[in-house]
Amino acid sequence: MKANLVKVALGAGLLAATALAAPTAASAKTLVYCSEGSPEGFNPSLYTAGTTFDASSRQVFNRLVQFKRGTTTIVPGLATSWDVSADGLEYTFNLRKGVKFHTTEDFTPTRDFNADDVIFTFMRQFDKEHPYHGVSGGSYEYFNGMSMPDLIKDIVKVDDYTVKFVLNRPEAPFIANMAMDFASVLSAEYADAMMEAGTPENVDLNPVGTGPFQLVAYQKDAVIRYKAFPEYWEGKAAIDNLIFAITPDSTVRYQKLKAGECHVMPYPNPADLEEMDADADVNLLSQEGLNVGYLGYNTEKEPFTDPKVRKALNMAINKDAIIEGVYQGAGSAAKNPIPPTIWSYNNDTVDDPYDPEAAKAMLAEAGYPDGFTTDIWAMPVQRPYNPNARRMAELIQADWAAIGVNAEIVSYEWGEYLDRTKKGEQGTFMLGWTGDNGDPDNFLAVLLGCDGVGGSNRARFCNDEFEQLIQQAKTTSDVLERTRLYEEAQLVFKREAPWATIAHSIVFEPVRNEVVDYKIDPFGGHIFYGVDLAE
Amino acid sequence: MLGFLFRRLGDIIPTFFGVTLLVFFLIRLIPGDPILMLAGERGVDAERYAELQAQYGFDQPIIVQYFDYLVGVFQGDLGKSFVTKRPVLDEFLTLFPATVELAIMGILFAVILGVPFGVLAAIHRGKWIDHLTMSLSLTGYSMPIFWWALLLIMFFSTTLGWTPVSGRISVMFFFEPVTGFMLIDSLLSGEKGAFSSAVSHLILPTVALGTIPMAVIARMTRSSMLEVLGEEYIRVARAKGLAPIRVIMVHALRNALIPVITVIGLQVGVLLAGAILTETIFSWPGIGKWIIEAMNRRDYPTIQGGILMIAFLVMAVNLIVDLLYGVVNPRIRHKR
Repeated sequence: MKANLVKVALGAGLLAATALAAPTAASAKTLVYCSEGSPEGFNPSLYTAGTTFDASSRQVFNRLVQFKRGTTTIVPGLATSWDVSADGLEYTFNLRKGVKFHTTEDFTPTRDFNADDVIFTFMRQFDKEHPYHGVSGGSYEYFNGMSMPDLIKDIVKVDDYTVKFVLNRPEAPFIANMAMDFASVLSAEYADAMMEAGTPENVDLNPVGTGPFQLVAYQKDAVIRYKAFPEYWEGKAAIDNLIFAITPDSTVRYQKLKAGECHVMPYPNPADLEEMDADADVNLLSQEGLNVGYLGYNTEKEPFTDPKVRKALNMAINKDAIIEGVYQGAGSAAKNPIPPTIWSYNNDTVDDPYDPEAAKAMLAEAGYPDGFTTDIWAMPVQRPYNPNARRMAELIQADWAAIGVNAEIVSYEWGEYLDRTKKGEQGTFMLGWTGDNGDPDNFLAVLLGCDGVGGSNRARFCNDEFEQLIQQAKTTSDVLERTRLYEEAQLVFKREAPWATIAHSIVFEPVRNEVVDYKIDPFGGHIFYGVDLAE
Repeated sequence: MLGFLFRRLGDIIPTFFGVTLLVFFLIRLIPGDPILMLAGERGVDAERYAELQAQYGFDQPIIVQYFDYLVGVFQGDLGKSFVTKRPVLDEFLTLFPATVELAIMGILFAVILGVPFGVLAAIHRGKWIDHLTMSLSLTGYSMPIFWWALLLIMFFSTTLGWTPVSGRISVMFFFEPVTGFMLIDSLLSGEKGAFSSAVSHLILPTVALGTIPMAVIARMTRSSMLEVLGEEYIRVARAKGLAPIRVIMVHALRNALIPVITVIGLQVGVLLAGAILTETIFSWPGIGKWIIEAMNRRDYPTIQGGILMIAFLVMAVNLIVDLLYGVVNPRIRHKR
């Protein structure tokens, strides 16, 4: 009898526990996002991880210009318009009036957003003498990575609502850079207040922005809470509260989604995709990612100096088998070095056909009838553009063996791998790229331009015709003209074949049915302004 | 007694130095330059690389770096994380209570189930109960934690809907941590349902983490119990006509538990190791997951600080245990 009573009591306790696990929030709409990790901090200019941007720039801040949600198209943000001088050296931004900053425990803004905030945001990163430059470690990797210190000559406050950026050289992608996360505008007034209080690093920990959501609380590795900012300049968000439930394991994220513990989850496990697709409660969204995975040839090393050899090896690779075996279907074959979601993608490019016979003949034509011996460098890490480089290398190794080319697979620890490929020790190597700003220049010039040799151009490709096209495209701000130049550059690329373009990964995002109007961000971000929950 | 204390303290100082040395140099032997890792495909140019090296102190000779680190440690400064730029000690102190809470629950689960199982198996030696409990404990012992944890989630959370999938409390509850122990904080918060939410979130991680120690304790209890049950004094007790339950619970179990307690102590290490996997799967914000992440990013200060703190705590616990032995058993106190 006693034992039975204990059992009943335990059972009742368990039931009560589950029933009460989620209190009924009156009428407030709360969206829970099962994020994959903790942000490094809350100032996007200091960090480079997407997880950090999701938690900071994409909810809390705005930029002068922004990407239209779900696209790579640039639209006005905190600047209502901008003018570019005829020589392409001066960008003048006209700022939006009446934009409010968040009010937090430590800080109540006394004025609206103005030019001082823009000056503070960029001068902190640009000017090494700026009082805030060294705060919170003071490394601005994206600002540096996008060559902003060399590009910017001066930033001038023309009046309270006009700011002028003076450049050292014309650079059309500059405007796209201004839409990137590192260019998120911080409050100068808040920074001054914190400096006076002797706690400048609070600016980076307890963010004050102009964005649609304001940070309420953050518990490392557990949860981030936001509430909708009622005075947001584009109008209050449809949801009232936004919660990031930090859940590092992808299988567990899906279990939480199924159990209704969250509404949206990123980075599903490929093995779960089939089940998600069949799940009646879940809507599996997908889109091609803003990335490319490729196999590059060291074009300075014999025999890869000859485009014919490169072309022949391209034709020997069975891309469909790779998409199936390595990407498990979550990839689409790439024919251009830029992904199809970027403007100026040239759909007229003809991909190298998979044809081992023709490949063998071309190899003979190039003077290697018996093939040769080389290496394939495989990255030791998993990346969005290449989920399993080792496996891919094995497939390519087998494909090449069929035309008489014997390749040895080489791998190093990641840092070492990047360093050695930069120096050009490899014959052929695998790598990829994820776009930063949606500009074709961010792929073509960075990865294939002559300036990048010894840096991110690991194929050491430097072709006069290609270089001229991309340099010309950099200096004109006419988008139609730029499109034409980049389309032509892609044809030159295909003819010269410095890489075998393998695949663009497909991004999957399962969301629960009650989530309305969620869009996959081509930059890999997760943006909740504009998203609603059905009753 | 004071002499004993000083002798034990004297042992601790070289151990502590040894740990700092090992940790500091071993992680620098792991291939992978933190700066290059941080930069990824984008890379850094030589000038920026030098700047970052200077910032992290990597431009100094390694001995100087170690000495600087040691000076910091003695001033209670474990450095700042390369990734979050936050003081390592602050991060450790925020996350540690979650690990402790889970470990305590895990060990309670293991003892509360493991000991009775072992006793039952011993009394019914060779019968079906014995076979059942022992094969269950062997299964529990052989089960990989992450697989077992996922299985529990899929069955109890997703299929039956009895327990939440992961986390420490429903995200709908929001209160500032006071002690860092969710069971206590949820009670202190006064919010209706918070405590039961915290309890329900603890069930699966506790089971996943406690299963292996439970199996070990059950097997240990069984064999120790069998040994004691064969002793003369048990036969005497039975012959005197004592109630069988009294013989087992009072006369046998008390003596059988001595080796079991030693094993329970040893299982604390197993629990900490298991916590790394359990924490990752149950999104439990503890130090296990924190150190693993730091390893992957070569976040030296965090790895160093985390391991040093754990080593320090283990040493402190050991010291206390030794002192307690000394209190209980004068022979240990006086031995040199």
